[in-house]
Amino acid sequence: MNRAGVAPRRRTYRPPGISDVGEIPLKLELRGITKRFGDLVANDHIDITVEPGEVHALLGENGAGKSTLMNQLYGLLQPDQGEIVVNDEPKVFRSPRDAIAAGIGMVHQHFMLVPVFTVAENIALGAEETRGGPLGWLDRRRARRDVLETSKRFGLPVDPDALVEDLPVGAQQRVEIVKALTRDVDLLILDEPTAVLTPQETEELLAVMRSLTEMGKSIVFITHKLKEVKAIADRITVIRRGQVVGTARPDTSEDELAALMVGRAVSLEVDKRPAEPGRSVLRLAGLVVDDDRGIRAVDGVDLEVRAGEVLGIAGVQGNGQTELVEAVMGLREVRAGRIELDGDDLAGQSTKRILRSGVGYVPEDRSHDGVVKEFTVAENLILDMYDRDPFGNRFRLNLDKIDGNAKERVAQFDIRCQSPETPVGTLSGGNQQKVVIAREMSRPLRLFIASQPTRGVDVGSIEFIHGQIVHERDQGTAVLVVSSELDEVVGLADRIAVMYRGRILAIVSPDTPREEIGLLMAGITGGNEEKK
Amino acid sequence: MSTATVEAPAEVAAPEPFWTRQRRFGVALILLGVLAAVLFGSLAPDKDARFTLTEDAQGAALSINGQFGAVLFGVLTLVAGGLLLAGLLKRWSNALLVAGIVTFVLSFLCWQVAGQFMSLQDTLGGTLDLALPLILGALAGVLGERSGVVNVAIEGQFLMGAFAGALIGTLAGSVWAGLISAAIGGVIIAAILAVLSIRYLVDQTVVGIVLNLFALGITGFLYERLMQPDAQHYNTPPQMPAWRIPGLADIPVLGPVVFDATLLLWIALILVVVIHFALNRTRWGLRTRAVGEHPTAADTVGIRVRGLRYLNVLLGGVVAGLGGAYFTLVATGSFTKNMTAGAGFIALAALIFGRYTPIGAFGAALFFGFAQKLAFYLSAINSPVPNQFLSMLPYLATIIAVAGLVGRVRAPAADGLPYVKS
Repeated sequence: MNRAGVAPRRRTYRPPGISDVGEIPLKLELRGITKRFGDLVANDHIDITVEPGEVHALLGENGAGKSTLMNQLYGLLQPDQGEIVVNDEPKVFRSPRDAIAAGIGMVHQHFMLVPVFTVAENIALGAEETRGGPLGWLDRRRARRDVLETSKRFGLPVDPDALVEDLPVGAQQRVEIVKALTRDVDLLILDEPTAVLTPQETEELLAVMRSLTEMGKSIVFITHKLKEVKAIADRITVIRRGQVVGTARPDTSEDELAALMVGRAVSLEVDKRPAEPGRSVLRLAGLVVDDDRGIRAVDGVDLEVRAGEVLGIAGVQGNGQTELVEAVMGLREVRAGRIELDGDDLAGQSTKRILRSGVGYVPEDRSHDGVVKEFTVAENLILDMYDRDPFGNRFRLNLDKIDGNAKERVAQFDIRCQSPETPVGTLSGGNQQKVVIAREMSRPLRLFIASQPTRGVDVGSIEFIHGQIVHERDQGTAVLVVSSELDEVVGLADRIAVMYRGRILAIVSPDTPREEIGLLMAGITGGNEEKK
Repeated sequence: MSTATVEAPAEVAAPEPFWTRQRRFGVALILLGVLAAVLFGSLAPDKDARFTLTEDAQGAALSINGQFGAVLFGVLTLVAGGLLLAGLLKRWSNALLVAGIVTFVLSFLCWQVAGQFMSLQDTLGGTLDLALPLILGALAGVLGERSGVVNVAIEGQFLMGAFAGALIGTLAGSVWAGLISAAIGGVIIAAILAVLSIRYLVDQTVVGIVLNLFALGITGFLYERLMQPDAQHYNTPPQMPAWRIPGLADIPVLGPVVFDATLLLWIALILVVVIHFALNRTRWGLRTRAVGEHPTAADTVGIRVRGLRYLNVLLGGVVAGLGGAYFTLVATGSFTKNMTAGAGFIALAALIFGRYTPIGAFGAALFFGFAQKLAFYLSAINSPVPNQFLSMLPYLATIIAVAGLVGRVRAPAADGLPYVKS
């Protein structure tokens, strides 16, 4: 059983024009795909055709059903109805093994790489070359050679001997692509591939996608970022609530695409007046914080946030933003430096004290740190105030007041739920986030900190949440926004601090050209590469 | 494409704190060294400590003056600790640590053995003998845990194996039938563990503990109802013969211990090597590790995650069952209630101490086996160290080893987490 029992691909048709590259174009049709989870119809009779050699963008909000659809195409889920047709032949994919055998590969949003394996091991996994033996003695030389060959052929540099956990995300993504390509796939599904990349890495990825299609590969590009879709797609299918709501050409305007995606006209620009900064509210001086592994994550940050302004922190995820915010909130030990709120040192104080001194906090991991999923909307809205007037005291909760508060907030923050007694876990991501924001904005605030305020939030809710943040600013609150989405930072912030490897590389105005900010996010200042 | 290349991820190395693990061990070794040199040195009688090669007291021996030896080795411990503290020879810090511990033990032995003798052959033989079930138990653990299933039920598998080996061995009148039944006994516990934890997603530690109690209960019950009333028919299993390999068995010290031994010892030693290579060099091993580290990744490349976990847990059951056979078919001639007395848990400790690797687990099992053997030896020579303390020694060594020496062991990332397709 060599090659892990994958049946040899039947190659029946080899058009002369492309045969010198050795690729077979693959035409894919999804016909009437329907998938239900209980009452929820995740995919409702979806029809999509992907022509050979095209980049087909699948555009839709989080929760629209894009990933569910692709997981069926990749054999991870089975459709309840409908069929998958490859080169006019209906196929049933019971597992990814079948999909790969039919020429379909997938790069998942969360990389499917084993961190402690080498690149070559990860790529070989599941399709190992062996020299026989009962357990299959690995042919490691050949595995290395295959990786290098594929890497060279498609112009995707990877080091076969590197450990995956040591690689930056951009390189890990290349490993994922090479992994799919070594399996001889002709259609590549890329699920939100740019979510974790810097603008430069995104550019590189788009170039790779172009060269792959030139070699006859088809690409299904799943995303919710309109700019990228317009830059690369040959054809666009928009999905909303599990249904195909339209197809579009790449020359369609961003506003039209957004309207198609959301189902109504939305404003992509954040509407705000110029800031009127007042006194300095939050001041960080020489802040040093370690991450969970004891490695320095924040390395001497000086920062100031003034009343009535939004300071945005831009940067690729994992450059210390998380630790910075956690340190300010008293969730992480401060190794050195000061954190001052209106002159009072916050370092070493309990999170409860910090919240009560007028700090609002929207954590980046909503489902872990923002809400208690099993609790109701009403309960989640008073998580910070349960032991205070009017909601309760040391011994009892005032349920009437809690209920009244919930009704008020639900209306004020447009939280779409059946009733305040619904468990928060059943709400959509956007509405969960509105619960968090409603709670945090219900106290009198001096400082409002929002980490990734719109991650996993639908476009409609994004608009609302951004509006609320600007509103809070206009009331004279100092606002700190951390986001890995450059668009969001540029749209919201009055000043942008770019964070790289635990340091603030520069503070720039939001009018700065994007390329410049992008370079800063990659650690490049003023044209000189920062070498370490 | 672009001029910007992003270098390795943001790992700004923190300046190393002064009190590193090495330095702390250095201080501990210095204290131990002083203790050894002063206390052991002053208590040791001024007589020769003889370490004989064979079991013959008069035979060839390495001998050293007890007092001198105790002080010498104590000083060596101190030196090893000093080097660790000073941060010299950093690349050899693990070797220094081992050297420090070994010299400390030697210093202790010089004190104890002075005026008497200790047979190296007997010590090695006893160590291997006592380590044998631990090796097999820890290997069973390696198989399960590397594929992501925590196996706390090694103790139960031992008991089932020991019981089944004794019962079927007696009934069939064949030690080989006993050995195979022991393996099946282990597999039965493994199968329950596998189904409950992989299929029904029950917490693996809880299942393991319950299985241990189950095995204790059912073997105890059957022992009292069946074996005790009629031991002749049910509890007199034949013993495994020791096979002698001519030539190799004549190697001093090692020969009589390893090459004049039971098949079970050879199985254990071969399994250590086989599992080591299989895990690191074969397709099965690569997939097993992938399933234990990142099952979703394995699933997306077409590996049957649950199937592989079942296979490995059941294989582990075979190995642990063989470990159980040691108790009734090699060590003693009959089954008694709860005869494994926690050996399964020590095997679990050996697995962790050995960092989830076959070779490491083997080393750890030898270490624990030696601690037990030492306790027996010391009580045999009427050591002044109190008897209660001696019987505590193997367990104390286990605690110190697992809590202190290993530091942070990185378990397989998905160890103990059931795999559910999303």
